[in-house]
Amino acid sequence: MYDFTYAKPASLADAAKALGADAEAKALAGGMTFIPVLKQRLNKPSTVVDLSALGLNYIKLEGGKLMIGAMTPHGSVAASADVKKAIPALAELAGNIGDRQVRYRGTIGGSLANNDPSACYPSAVLALGATIKTNERSIATDDYFQGMFTTALNPGEIITEVQFPIPEKAAYAKFANPASRYAMVGVFVAKTAGGVRVAVTGAGQNGVFRHAAFEAALAKSFTPDALNGIATPVGDMNADIHGSAAYRAHLVGVMAKRAVAAAK
Amino acid sequence: MVVDGIGASVKRKEDLRFLSGRGNYVDDMNRPGQTFAHFLRSDVPHGKLNKVDISAALKMPGVVAIFTGDDFTGVGGIPCGWQIHSKDGTPMVEPRHPVLAAGKVRHVGDPIAMVVAETKQQAKDAAEAIILDIETLPAVAGLTAALAAGAPLVHDEAAGNICFDWHIGDKAAVEAGFAKAHKIVRLDLVNNRLVPNAMEPRAAIGDYDVSSGEYTLYTTSQNPHVIRLLMGAFVLSIPEHKLRVVAPDVGGGFGSKIFHYAEEAALTWAAGKVKRPIKWTADRTEAFITDAHGRDHISTAELALDAEGHFLALKVNTQANMGAYLSTFAPSVPTYLSATLLAGVYKTPAIYAEVKAVFTNTVPVDAYRGAGRPEATFLLERIVDVAAREMNMDRVEIRKKNFIPKEAFPYQTPIALQYDSGDYMATFDGCLKAADYAGFEARRKASAAKGKLRGIGISTYVEACGIAPSAVAGALGARAGLYEVANIRVHPTGSVTVFTGAHSHGQGHETTFAQLVSEQLGVAHDMIDIVHGDTGKVPFGMGTYGSRSLSVGGSAMVKAMDKIIDKGKKIAAHLMEADVHDIEFKDGKFSVVGTDKAKTFGEIALTAYVPHNYPIEELEPGLEETAFYDPKNFTYPGGCHIAEVEIDPDTGTVSMISFTAVDDIGRVINPMIVEGQVQGGIAQGIGQALLEHAIYDESGQLLSGSMMDYTMPRADDIPNISVGMEVTLCTHNPLGSKGVGEVGAIGSPPAVINAVVDALRDYGVRHVDMPATPAKIWALIDAYHPKMAAE
Amino acid sequence: MPQISLTVNGKPASATVEARTLLVELLRDKLHLTGTHVGCDTSQCGACTVQVDGMSVKSCTMLAVQADGANVLTIEGLVNADGSLHPMQAMFREYHALQCGYCTPGMVMSAIDLVETHPEGLSEEQIRHGLEGNLCRCTGYHNIVKAIAAAWPLMHNKALPVAAE
Repeated sequence: MYDFTYAKPASLADAAKALGADAEAKALAGGMTFIPVLKQRLNKPSTVVDLSALGLNYIKLEGGKLMIGAMTPHGSVAASADVKKAIPALAELAGNIGDRQVRYRGTIGGSLANNDPSACYPSAVLALGATIKTNERSIATDDYFQGMFTTALNPGEIITEVQFPIPEKAAYAKFANPASRYAMVGVFVAKTAGGVRVAVTGAGQNGVFRHAAFEAALAKSFTPDALNGIATPVGDMNADIHGSAAYRAHLVGVMAKRAVAAAK
Repeated sequence: MVVDGIGASVKRKEDLRFLSGRGNYVDDMNRPGQTFAHFLRSDVPHGKLNKVDISAALKMPGVVAIFTGDDFTGVGGIPCGWQIHSKDGTPMVEPRHPVLAAGKVRHVGDPIAMVVAETKQQAKDAAEAIILDIETLPAVAGLTAALAAGAPLVHDEAAGNICFDWHIGDKAAVEAGFAKAHKIVRLDLVNNRLVPNAMEPRAAIGDYDVSSGEYTLYTTSQNPHVIRLLMGAFVLSIPEHKLRVVAPDVGGGFGSKIFHYAEEAALTWAAGKVKRPIKWTADRTEAFITDAHGRDHISTAELALDAEGHFLALKVNTQANMGAYLSTFAPSVPTYLSATLLAGVYKTPAIYAEVKAVFTNTVPVDAYRGAGRPEATFLLERIVDVAAREMNMDRVEIRKKNFIPKEAFPYQTPIALQYDSGDYMATFDGCLKAADYAGFEARRKASAAKGKLRGIGISTYVEACGIAPSAVAGALGARAGLYEVANIRVHPTGSVTVFTGAHSHGQGHETTFAQLVSEQLGVAHDMIDIVHGDTGKVPFGMGTYGSRSLSVGGSAMVKAMDKIIDKGKKIAAHLMEADVHDIEFKDGKFSVVGTDKAKTFGEIALTAYVPHNYPIEELEPGLEETAFYDPKNFTYPGGCHIAEVEIDPDTGTVSMISFTAVDDIGRVINPMIVEGQVQGGIAQGIGQALLEHAIYDESGQLLSGSMMDYTMPRADDIPNISVGMEVTLCTHNPLGSKGVGEVGAIGSPPAVINAVVDALRDYGVRHVDMPATPAKIWALIDAYHPKMAAE
Repeated sequence: MPQISLTVNGKPASATVEARTLLVELLRDKLHLTGTHVGCDTSQCGACTVQVDGMSVKSCTMLAVQADGANVLTIEGLVNADGSLHPMQAMFREYHALQCGYCTPGMVMSAIDLVETHPEGLSEEQIRHGLEGNLCRCTGYHNIVKAIAAAWPLMHNKALPVAAE
């Protein structure tokens, strides 16, 4: 790891200032991806700005919405009675990210800011039509994800909260990469007042994406059988030593059916 | 009265320090004035090293020294400890393996420069300032590519990239067997390349004492004396009395810590130059590209059978990947540790095997838990299953029909080995029963009702371990003896220190060996210490690998204790004024037969050191004896393993439902430790069968180069493992023990794959190469039912 | 360089560290608590697991400065003042849940957290899944699972409600 200056601002304004003042400064949330990256010397920040003292670790269920502070760790989301009540699928998703140790440190904001193409959270956020609040604005989820490791965030912009509308029912089905246990294919389905949304992580060449064909079919009939015969374009899929594009395309269908069957 | 002797599940002595964080691993050690080394390594698989410019790096903060290949021209290359001769009698091609790359780099990870600095980070920082001029050369990573006509050469002196082209067995007899065969079954198979991944990464500290001129190397080794021999005599020309090698607590080895590595020589040599200790600890990424890998064979096997299913002849052709350089024992693995095991537990009368060893631009490949025997067992037990199916015979019946019967021992195989003892029917029947093989069909139906494909797989195995009779090993190409050494020091108060050349890196020697002493000398455990892993303390030794610690190292202890007892009897005879022939030693007491006269072991020890009333004319004072034990034969553990799996046809995921083993490892000293060894070996075998694969791309880059991509078995990948024992004693060592370290890794992979193929019986699948990953299984299912993909 | 103060195994500790110093480096190199091990560099193996403010974390994936003011418990802090072992340590020994000992400190720290956070009981499946963040290359996990199931009643002072077979 290259050395850097460490800052732990006590206010959002100070954090934004620290990040805004220096293009080489980087924000540190849970660090579960960022610290390994630093260890491999793949990133050389001048200043690391620790966001843990900004009061962003909270979960609130208010006004028909679930609000999760950006620095809330996965383990807290998984264990939260409010989350289990409002969106049980989200609690379950959070409870299967990484491992126990990672879930104590890794945060929802960090995951979304990084937008790893095989992370779980982006699929939930996209399928549930969540709103991403930052120190500057609110970003609709459909505008937020812009390809792998790329988001709508401006340099220095800090996610503060994720607001989830409550779906009628939802579920997440994940096929884990055997080695890393990241999502090789993860499908989040949500049936909401506004329609059905299906988001797929892990599989696509360009990060998380919505599956329009599945959404259309499920809008007509929210059943696993509704997905029979609907192919996922193989050409859009990622391929690596753990599985071909054809295998991933197939798994998207299998996981989507499982998620529909499990939705509650 | 002997407490906690042979056969007791004594809780381990070593656990208290490991459980309280007081283990002493190499990276836990620090020497006064210590510096830190970082190795700059090649990131290209093959290249001409035009220039290594260290001038800027030398000016970086904290840098003490930087060494490159040019600095090591005066020292030897890393030696290979085993020489194989090709069919035509020529010795294997043995290219120089420089300590640091000289002229060329030949695999990703090949060390180019060693930076020595005040801190680890400074060494890394400075390494980044070294400017390399490497001209990339075409590379070969896989066996097929390396053997193709016109393939780039890894070493100019190895034409066609061939290290040796070896054979064993009676080719004419095999051809005769094939000529009269009712059926010939042919199978092509791959034994997947593995990364050992002991949880402790390799580490070493080189130290040099200016006043005495003595070098000390602290290293993560399974065999410190072997490292001293190889490094002292062949690389650095440091005589043994000026070179001490210490291997303290070592966090797992599985073979990967047998070998003498370049870093050990570089650190030791450089410590003499900078006159300060130099420490290096590999990170895991570095381990992936520098620790010797395992397996990586491609084979074609043909089995000839008569109409009743008797095996008539077996013919095997294997290509074995050696990697870029010959690691310490690499040439022995596909040859004498593998091809000689192709008889397995069967009375196949004629066997012929050919092995081509091949250089590639990959990390060296060498022994990994089982070393050659898992490859032979996988081949044999797969082709037997295929033969059963193609002969329309039951998998159980075809095996029983061909077993070497227990009356046939000692049994001479057609390929060099003579098995001393075994009862394959007993382990087989025991395992079928323990696994409820008879009840499997009901379980298959239950799985089918849930939409799952269930399969059961059997494998049997025999292995040759307890390595090795020195004369035999020497005749086969070993460049060292393979005896073991024990020194037993009885202290004046009767406590005992055992100095053993075996090395414990998880095996629990401090407990098992203490049980041997407790049993034989009648001494309580808290009066016994086992010392290992330090050439400055232990007279000599060959270390721990090939499941040899108990059968060879333990036997040396027994011999040394025999000498202690003999001497004790003489002292006792003198003290009790009896004839030495009338002295009996039992339960820690020397007594005069037929009387109630007796002396305790402690009293005799005290007399030996305070020889006031002592047969001083004919006996030296003191009570300390050393024995070198050279085994008369290998030992031959054998057994049966049964795996049960369930496949999810929608995803291709293979779940391990259960695993049952019944092994014959000879006499068991500590059943608790033995079960743990079997379970651990089986988990590694399941890892090989279902999860693990070191994959290089065509250019020679390791794609599975971290635990993010190399699938290590986790707790939820492994089922409960039922372990049973059937005992036939080894006939040629004093303990009757055969060895247990490798049986799990040898027997289990074919059991798992046989189960996977069985589960896919309705999908036209004849064979699955390891690892049986979900993607691979799904592709097989999909190929059989093409329309499933669209669903 | 940052100056940090924390509590380690019940005792105050302070150190001057580079910002890039990892918690595990602070523990091993500065505080000489070498019971916590490093087995990988990608946060997979869990050998470095310690407890920070009661939560099991991988100390190789946390900066030392992030632990400023925290309460850190390592394997060395588990042994009671009278030298007796924590129930988890004792059951690891009883069930032969360790061989080379390298993964053991992290495994024990993780297992304690697993048992503490499941007062309702633990099935064998939950134990196996709960060890996702810890690798062992020696034991095949069989005896680790047994040891954890055996430690549960000792840590909760009641019988394990869910049979861990």
